[in-house]
Amino acid sequence: MKIKDLSLEELFTSGHTACPGCGGAIVARIAMKVFGKNTCAYFPANCLLVFGGTYPYNAFKVPYLHVLFENSAVCAAGISRALKKLGRDAKTVAFAGDGGTADIGMQSLSGAAERNEDIIYICYDNEAYMNTGIQRSGSTPFGAWTTTTPVGKKIAGKEVFKKDVPRIMMAHDVPYVATASIGYPNDFLNKLEKARDMKGFRYLHVFAPCPTGWRYDPAKTVEIGKLAVECGMWTLYECENGVFRITKKPKLSPVTDYIKLQGRFRHMTEEQVDTLQGWVTEKWEKISGETKG
Amino acid sequence: MKRVITGNYAAAYGAYLTRVDFVAAYPITPQTLIVEHISEFVNDGLLDAEYMRVESEHSAMSACVAASATGARTYTATASQGLALMHEVLFIPPVLHLPIVMPVVNRTVAAPIGIWCEQNDTMPQRDTGWLQVYCEDNQEVVDMVIQSCMIGEHKKVLLPSMVMLDAFILSHTVEPVDFPEIEEVDKFLPKYKPEHAYLDPKRPMVLGSFTPPEYIQEARYQTEESMNNARKVITDVTKEFGKTFGRDYGGLIEKYRCEDAEVILITTGTVTSTARLVVDQYRDKGKKVGLIKLRFFRPFPLQEIKELGEQVEAVGVYDRSMSFGTAGPTYIETRYALYGYSIPILNFLAGLGGRDVTIKDISFMFDRLLEAKKGKIKNEIVWIGTRGVEP
Repeated sequence: MKIKDLSLEELFTSGHTACPGCGGAIVARIAMKVFGKNTCAYFPANCLLVFGGTYPYNAFKVPYLHVLFENSAVCAAGISRALKKLGRDAKTVAFAGDGGTADIGMQSLSGAAERNEDIIYICYDNEAYMNTGIQRSGSTPFGAWTTTTPVGKKIAGKEVFKKDVPRIMMAHDVPYVATASIGYPNDFLNKLEKARDMKGFRYLHVFAPCPTGWRYDPAKTVEIGKLAVECGMWTLYECENGVFRITKKPKLSPVTDYIKLQGRFRHMTEEQVDTLQGWVTEKWEKISGETKG
Repeated sequence: MKRVITGNYAAAYGAYLTRVDFVAAYPITPQTLIVEHISEFVNDGLLDAEYMRVESEHSAMSACVAASATGARTYTATASQGLALMHEVLFIPPVLHLPIVMPVVNRTVAAPIGIWCEQNDTMPQRDTGWLQVYCEDNQEVVDMVIQSCMIGEHKKVLLPSMVMLDAFILSHTVEPVDFPEIEEVDKFLPKYKPEHAYLDPKRPMVLGSFTPPEYIQEARYQTEESMNNARKVITDVTKEFGKTFGRDYGGLIEKYRCEDAEVILITTGTVTSTARLVVDQYRDKGKKVGLIKLRFFRPFPLQEIKELGEQVEAVGVYDRSMSFGTAGPTYIETRYALYGYSIPILNFLAGLGGRDVTIKDISFMFDRLLEAKKGKIKNEIVWIGTRGVEP
């Protein structure tokens, strides 16, 4: 599927209240076009729940449920099982952020993956708790400023590295795990389509820049989504029934090309930048080694 | 069909008899046998349900909320720490009006860790909006699983239900139980067909949307309205059940030898059975004592308890848990119901952590009440059988 083949009908409509340049809103819009009307959705407590519809308004044209924050995967699974039992043929998709996935939602996510629940789980990763006002999550990269990793006199930015959730999900041996970025919509579309047409547990981890939290010009969301992949901070791959494949080979341009556009990295020392660059290089060596193996 | 079975089997068999569509299961002592028995029913093809073996009680209740919100008749069971872990999720179904049924085996909540009977797991959940019924025997457990579907799914109620059974005293103790035939239950209990809330792409709706202050207070009021409606529905369903199956539990409370009683003891759970015996002994001696079995804690039988104020000269309330800084939960609510009456109301705390509550303990309660009747004792909280504490 190409972008030009996408349905013109919006199932996540205009009028929602996301910030300008919101990567998460782009994820929801494209994903809903691919999944279509016959879908039940689950949203935990996240930006998408709030900007997607504050009662009595609603931007989604499919039914959705919200229960809590940390239980997206099991709630989606509950919907999916009930649909099956009641003989209603519809897909179930959960849209959670990185905090709701990498941190508080990990237990429920792992359980649902182990049981191979018939759901699509999309993590839109904006690398911090944005809904509560930019606090660090397990998915925040090394060095980044957040309101809980402030730039102080003694310590500046996050001191540890980003948690690699897609690899954790691959370790569950589920039918489909893929990473994507809103900077590469065609690649994202293909993965959404694959996920849509498969059965069992499908996990998509989508890089979704957040201008509000990352401190960059909202016009540059797509550019940043591309640069992250080009420099190797984010890698596009998929693992389909155990077969691992890189879907976009990075240029491995210096990370400075990527971080210099964002206020959250502005304070970083040369040493911190070297540490981050070292992490990227090492990560890429590991991933490319896997494809050869 | 009469069978000799445990309370846990009775609770599990209730899931079969009500043909639940969805079960979420997670083990915890002393509830574990409930989900084990249901696994057997499912694996033997007796029960055609989606059976989700989840990784925690938090997920068990989350899955139940989601399945019920999709339109399925939904069941899970838990105890103690499991219920405490569910706490966050328990607030959701009463507001989304999802009639989930959940047997809870009353077990002490740590610390100290123990596995025996106490009500400090379910009592702290009293403000979540769940109906709560406390059972006296294994027969009542299976009967209340069936009735809870009927009550909870009633259009004027649409609330989830907790069906309580005492740890080990019921959960692991065999008693003869008369199981109704499933065909009879089918006739009594219609299929669950929600009109108010279900996820279906053919009729899209939002359940649980982010809501500003302009609308939340109305949602709270509606839950309270459902609770109040439940009073009549419970009474009606008990009567209807009595007519069909021959066992009428009397509604929110059951009175035992209360006619002309001067002092009355209020109990929940299995202590009621022992108290019946003590009442008989005292009546034989000509002492006018009576017993109220408090069946439903939510909704609380305010009117029924208030009527006692007109009749009796002293009221005792037995509690198997403590609301620290005040009194036992049942006592607090009874005092509220009896506001305006000058009779002494005594709180008896006994059996916490699962210690046996004996005939001697209950005799002590009635003796104290008979003394209170003479006007010597005012309202007080009495800890019975506590080391270093004079009762």
